[in-house]
Parts: sequence; structure tokens; C-alpha cells
Amino acid sequence: MTYIPISPQERDAMLKTIGVESLDALFEAVPSEYRFPKLNLPPALTEMEASTLLAEIAASNENVRGDLISFLGAGMYNHYIPAVVDHILRRGEFYTAYTPYQPEISQGTLQAIFEYQSLMTALTGMELSNASHYDGATAAAEAVNMAFAVFRGKRRKVVISPTVHPQYRAVIRTYTQGMELELAGDDPTADLQASPEALTPLIDVNTALVIVQYPDFFGRIFDYTRFIEAAHAQGALVCVVANPIALALLKTPGAMGADIVVGEGQPLGIPMWYGGPSLGFFTTRKQYVHKMAGRLVGETVDSRGQRGYVLTLTAREQHIKREKATSNICTNQGLLALASAVYLAVVGKSGLRQVANLCYQKAHYAAAELSKIPGVGLCFSQPFFHEFAVCFPKPVSEINEHLLEHGILGGYDLGQDYPALTDHALIAVTEMNTRDEIDTLVEVVKEVLS
Amino acid sequence: MTEPTLFELSSPGRTGVTFPEADVPRFELPDSSLLRDDLPLPELAEVDVVRHYMALSRYNYSVDGGFYPLGSCTMKYNPKINEDTCRLPGFLYTHPLQPIETVQGNLMLMYQLQEWLKEISGFAAVTLQPAAGAHGEFTGVLMMRAYHKARGDHRRVKMLVPDSAHGTNPASAGMLGMTVKVIPSDARGNVDLEALKAECDDTVVGLMLTNPNTLGLFDEHIQEVVRLIHECGGLMYGDGANLNALLGIVRPGDLGFDVMHFNLHKTFSVPHGGGGPGSGPVGVSARLADFLPAPQVGILEPAEGDTPPLYGFVTPKHSIGRMKAFHGHFGGGLVRAYTYIAMHGAEGLRDVSQYAVLNANYLAARLRGTYKIPYDRVCMHEFVMEGRIEGSDVRALDISKRLMDYNFHPPTNYFPLIVHEALMIEPTETENKDTLDRFADALLKIAEEARTNPDVVKSAPHSTPFGRMDEVKAARELVLCCWLPEGYDSNR
Repeated sequence: MTYIPISPQERDAMLKTIGVESLDALFEAVPSEYRFPKLNLPPALTEMEASTLLAEIAASNENVRGDLISFLGAGMYNHYIPAVVDHILRRGEFYTAYTPYQPEISQGTLQAIFEYQSLMTALTGMELSNASHYDGATAAAEAVNMAFAVFRGKRRKVVISPTVHPQYRAVIRTYTQGMELELAGDDPTADLQASPEALTPLIDVNTALVIVQYPDFFGRIFDYTRFIEAAHAQGALVCVVANPIALALLKTPGAMGADIVVGEGQPLGIPMWYGGPSLGFFTTRKQYVHKMAGRLVGETVDSRGQRGYVLTLTAREQHIKREKATSNICTNQGLLALASAVYLAVVGKSGLRQVANLCYQKAHYAAAELSKIPGVGLCFSQPFFHEFAVCFPKPVSEINEHLLEHGILGGYDLGQDYPALTDHALIAVTEMNTRDEIDTLVEVVKEVLS
Repeated sequence: MTEPTLFELSSPGRTGVTFPEADVPRFELPDSSLLRDDLPLPELAEVDVVRHYMALSRYNYSVDGGFYPLGSCTMKYNPKINEDTCRLPGFLYTHPLQPIETVQGNLMLMYQLQEWLKEISGFAAVTLQPAAGAHGEFTGVLMMRAYHKARGDHRRVKMLVPDSAHGTNPASAGMLGMTVKVIPSDARGNVDLEALKAECDDTVVGLMLTNPNTLGLFDEHIQEVVRLIHECGGLMYGDGANLNALLGIVRPGDLGFDVMHFNLHKTFSVPHGGGGPGSGPVGVSARLADFLPAPQVGILEPAEGDTPPLYGFVTPKHSIGRMKAFHGHFGGGLVRAYTYIAMHGAEGLRDVSQYAVLNANYLAARLRGTYKIPYDRVCMHEFVMEGRIEGSDVRALDISKRLMDYNFHPPTNYFPLIVHEALMIEPTETENKDTLDRFADALLKIAEEARTNPDVVKSAPHSTPFGRMDEVKAARELVLCCWLPEGYDSNR
């Protein structure tokens, strides 16, 4: 079926007004040998059939709300999403609107983004936020673009901690392949027990940006204050990739002196959706506002003296600056920025602290119980948030296979990315995991190892 | 009346959603030097939040609310069934790093969507990873660069871009340090062949062409353009922003394009969401297939008897790498587009494009006598006219704002740059004749007002909840958030 609301009689009347005989006559500019190809697609379904088909496809997956108990994180997390969030998202006024280029009739979207920006600065301890990027990884890559622009291309080195998410590092490598810059520190064979200060010797006067993660990929919490001071001593900017739920509890990267704070916004009210769409938040300091990519909403007044909001500083963007723009980015993740704002509004100050605390407590219970199993140990001694690395006396794949037989999604196999961490898994625990689930995990691991 | 912000509505001690008490023994928090003191988020009850967002939603114009003929944006109706299918629990609650055996449904859907997009576009391979059109463009340009490099062809640094191109085209090339050469349009809105020939040499990376172009016109020399680019060793990049005109009409791959990004949020009805998320898969010709981003969805073990194939991830031989974390905009983009294509089939998709073109030509026919259409020939899914009226000093922007008083969303203003006072109108196929007639009548009426009562046009809109915004003040004062940490030192 289609959604075309024109009857054959109306079509004929319209053709007559245009002055052509048939619909086909409108396509004479198209080379005739290629015109009207026969497409080999399955026959069209009615809504009823499509609804059944898609339900079957979805049901053939094993999901983490009923089929499986999940301890998988590594950049995307199974958090509770209050019912309100999707009810607001389903308002046609929000999801069927375009980018708010006409502020008189887009104040809903504009104020929602302005509030999103405000919430993100509050969470990260930074001064300003843009309207969002595609995801955490691309936001980190945009941080590289921005730092490059701040130094007008004169500093050509970026130092990345090996404990930044491996996929984020991969995306940064892809984004920068035409930029002729040196990526230092991006080495999965580096000593992973080392403190962040181990990267300091790599930072020099040619370094534009240093990127660290907080908590890092292994869940560890470091106070980066002194490290950031050392980077600043060389004139370099520092970008912290942060988990937004952890920021409800932990000292903000802003308070540590970070110049840019980015991260994956999925934990804030966005479903995992097999990896996307989610959003990448991007916050920085006011002095860099003209170098930052992405949309930005600012407050102003209208012709009637009312407070209102507009997309501002658009002269930075691609449709004005064209090839001289910092980035080609065009969209933000509008609807998902709305989701995160609604989530933060409805869980609020006390709810977000509760979520963070539950994640912390349950993860620590899981870590304590798992490390009681002979042969199982935590690989790092530093404080952690809701994710931790454990070493097993057997390959992770073998353990995870057994876990899956018991309906449990095991942790992420760190050996895929770090040669030194063969037989190590990254376990994530959120407020969604009950004590029973954690006990089951521990029992099955015991069973596998006995 | 304006709606207060979340922070203004907040009242200390009020709570919204609460969470269960911890069911595990209590563990000490890390040292207080690692903790934050305050969390300055709003404190609101659920009803406060719902009323707030309901109030905000009423300030928005939307496709569900009315006609949205925003040129180049394909603001078609978004079928409601897509909103339900993309929220099925099997899609919402699957983790991107789950073992492939547990997500065969997702992988099958992605594989089939790749196959369908290949069939629709005539390309040899498709990646679903890019997050939006501009992201797909960047992906495409990275592949073009990698292709030339792999052949040891290091001289190619020049990207050709027509003067009618979207701003993302030159920006994508600029991100890779390429030199952008602008090619003018000829009197009929085609790429100027003589100007193109003059730039065709062994330094050309390729040509980034939107076809139909941003004037809504199909290039009448498309085969000659493709031949010239290929003969000088360049690649043809297709900006798929205007694919809504071509479904079942012509396949860009058949015309000789080497790369093209799809905008699933335009052509395949993924809603625009107030500015995203988009979804920008990229199709490529056979010679670029090995350069696609990793991972791709492929068949790891073929079907056997009653056993379906095993779908999983594969890495193309010379992959440019990863464009984003995980696998693309699966739930919000790919599932909706899959549902849409499954419900249309080949004939339905051809109807989409034919009626999109019918509607655009019908509006052009009704407005032609009153507004000047500078490159005036049969258009495709959109057309561009001049927003100025003889004997009046009203501008395109004024006409746009006045349209709001007639309860229409304005067309795209001042783009493409090659038309004075451009008004770019794209009605899409999902509008009926009555709506198009009312819109044309409104524009005719505004033309009359421009002559008889220009002030009412220049001071528009009058009936919207807000008037024109002071954009200069916004850019000068840069109030970008309604909250700042107390004692925050912004001059560190």
C-alpha cells in the first residue's frame, strides 16, 4: 500500500493543468534506455501483513527484557526508561517536525534543545553544549576536528589513551585519515595498569588534543585533575569521554579542568536499539564556541517582546562556510536529545543519583561475589563505577557460551581488543539487574569453572 | 505567553520517577575527592514534566499538523505503523554486542535492507553504518580518496562541485583537505559542460552531483557528464538527497554513478524528529565495494534445506574503517525504512516518485504566471521560484513568514544560491489536490498583498504564537543555557 491521497480523477485534472498526457510524460529528461527499470522487490504488504512480519522478525531475536539477563555494556547500557519519555517522543508535533529553521513555528523544538543544552552543561560541569552529535564516538572525533581548528592546524598531534573505547578510537582513526596528524598513545599493547600520567611524556607543544575516558573503558575512576594540568602546561586541550550516569555521582570533568567533555547519551532515556540511534553529547568552554561544530540554540526575544529561541552562530556551519566549515555535520540527534532531556527532567536530581548509586552498589556486589570464585579475580585495583574487568581461568567465549545456555548475556570479551587481556571480560551492571540475577551469574560461572 | 524553562519550573524536594531500594549489601562510595557535591538538575513531578512538554509541542508546526513543502527536505507523511514496528521489544532491547546467534532477526533485516537498497539504486554494495546524509557523504568521499590512493594515484586532490550543490558537499571534501572547484550551471540548470571539460584532468577526485539537482531538474546531459568524469579517471558521487524523484524511474547505478548516499529520513519516510536522527546508508559500484566501512552485514553460512542462512559481520578487504560506534541507526532508521519498503514494493515505490513529481509540476503550473521560475522546464519532485513580486519590495523571507499566517510551513528560503530570493518548494507525494490548491491560492493572495498592502506581508507572521526573532541579539549575547554553576570561572 502507499500513502498517496490522490484519486485517479484528481490526477487527471492535475495532468491537464500541467499540460501533459500522462505521468510517464513527466520523465522525458531521463535517458530512455534506463527509464522505468523493473525493480525486483518482494510484493507489497498491507499494514496488517507488515505488522505480522516485523513482529516475527523482532521476536526471532533474544532481547534483554524477558529472554536474556544482561551483563553486557561496553558503551551501551540496559537502563530503565520511564514511560513518560516515549509518550512525549510520540507527539507528532515533535517527531514529524524538521530542523527548527523557522523559529516562529518551532519554539517547541528550540526550547527543548535549549533545555537539553542546559542539562548537559549541568551534568558535565561545562559552560556550553551543542545540540548533539550522532553518537559518543563521532562526538569524540568532532573534538579532534575542533581542537585542530582551535590551533588552526598548527598542532598536528592527538594523544589518545588506550583505555578509551576501542570503537571510539577506531572512528577517530577513520575521521582523521585525510588530516595528516599523528595519533599517539592509541596502543592496545600499552601497560593497562599504568596511571593516566603514563601518557604525559607523549604530550608536547605539537599536541592539539589529549583524549581520556571517565570512567575509562574498564570502568575505572581516575581523578584527571593533575593530568589535565600537565597537558595544559604544554598548551594542549583535553577531551574527556564521560558516562553521563556516572556524572550524577562523580566529580565532573569540568571541575577537573577539561576543555571538552563528550560522551554517549544512550544511558539517558534512549533504548539500546541494537546500537542506535542514540546521541553524542558535546560540551565545552565558552571561548571555543566559534570553533565547535554542530547546531546551537540561543535565547533571544521576538518582535512582540517575548522570550524565544533560535539556532544561532549558524555562520560556523556547512551551509554557510561550505568547504571551510569545521565539520560537514548537518543534523543533530534532535528527537533523542529530547528523549534525554525528558529523562533528566522526570528522574531529576534525586532520581539520577538513585540510578547512579544503584549501578554502583550492584556492580560492586557482583564484583565482590565473582571474585570469591577460585581462579576469578578483578584485574584492576582502582575504584570503579558500574563496569569492571574480571579475569577467568578459561577463555571468555567458553564461559559466555555456558552463560547463554542459562539465558545470561556475559561480559564483553576484552581479548578482542587488548592482547594482554585474553580471558578477561568486562562486566556491566545497572539498576536493571536484581540481586537474584547477579547470584545466578555467579552460580553459573562457578559451575562452568568447577 | 511563553513557557518557563525546566529550571524555572523546578521546586526543591519535588520528585518525579523514583527507583527501588538497593537489594544488595551497601558498599562504600569512592573517596569523597572523587565525588561531586551538588547535582544541579531540575526537581519536578511527572505531571509537571508532561504539561511542560505538551505546552512546548503546541508551539511546533509539523507534518502531522499540516503542509510542510520544505524544498530538499522531503517532508512526507510518516506512516504510523513504522512507529510501532521500530518499537517492538526485539528491536528496542537488543544490545549491539550480543552474539550474532541471538540477533539473527536484526541481521536478516539489515541484510535484506542492503539488498533492497542495492536493487532500488543499481549499486553493487551498500553500507548501512552512516548516521545521516552528511555522514554518508563523508563516508563516500573517504572511499573515493582510498580508491585513488590504493591505485597509487596520489595527484588527485580536486573535487568538482556544481554551484547548485548542498553545502555539505564542499564541506565533506574540505574535511579531507581536498580543493573544491565550483562548476557553474548552464541556462537550463544543467551542469555547464564546457566549464566541466575545462576542469577535467588527472587531479580530479570526482564530481559530487545532486541529480535531480537542487533546482529540482534532472540533468539533461547526465550521460555526458558521467563520461567526462570517468574519462579523466574521476569518480561520480551522487548526493541522494533527491532520490524521492527517482524510485523506479531510473537507478543512479545504471547511469554510471560510483557512490551515493541515501537519506532514509527523506526518501523512506523515517521521521525528521525535529532535526534528527537521520540515517545515511551509502551505495557503491563494484570497484568501490572493497573500501566500504567495517563491519558490513553478510551471510556467514548459506541456507541449507530448512536451515536459514547464518547472518553476521564481515570486513571489506580495503575498508576505510569504522564510521561510528556499533552498526548504524538500526532501530530508528533501518527498521522504519524496511517497513516502508516492504509495504510499497516495486510499483508502490514508483508511484511515490511519480506522484511526488506530479505534485511539484502541478504547483509550478498554478504559480508560474505570478512568480518567476528562472529555470523553467518540467521539474522533478521540487522546483525553485523567485520570491519577489514586480512592483513590490517584499522579499522571499517575507513571503515565507506570511505563509505561516495561512497555516502553511514555508518553503526553503535562499537556496540554491544561484536563484535570487529563492523559494524552493517540495510538496512530496503525500499531499492531496485540495491542500496543493489551498497552498497555491495562499501564494497568489500573498502576491496580491505584496502589491496592495506590503506591510502586512513584511511584518508577518501575525497569527503564530511567536513573532520574528531577534537573531542578532542571540548571536551577540550568546545565552546558550539557562543554568551556570555558581562561582564558575569561565576565564580559566
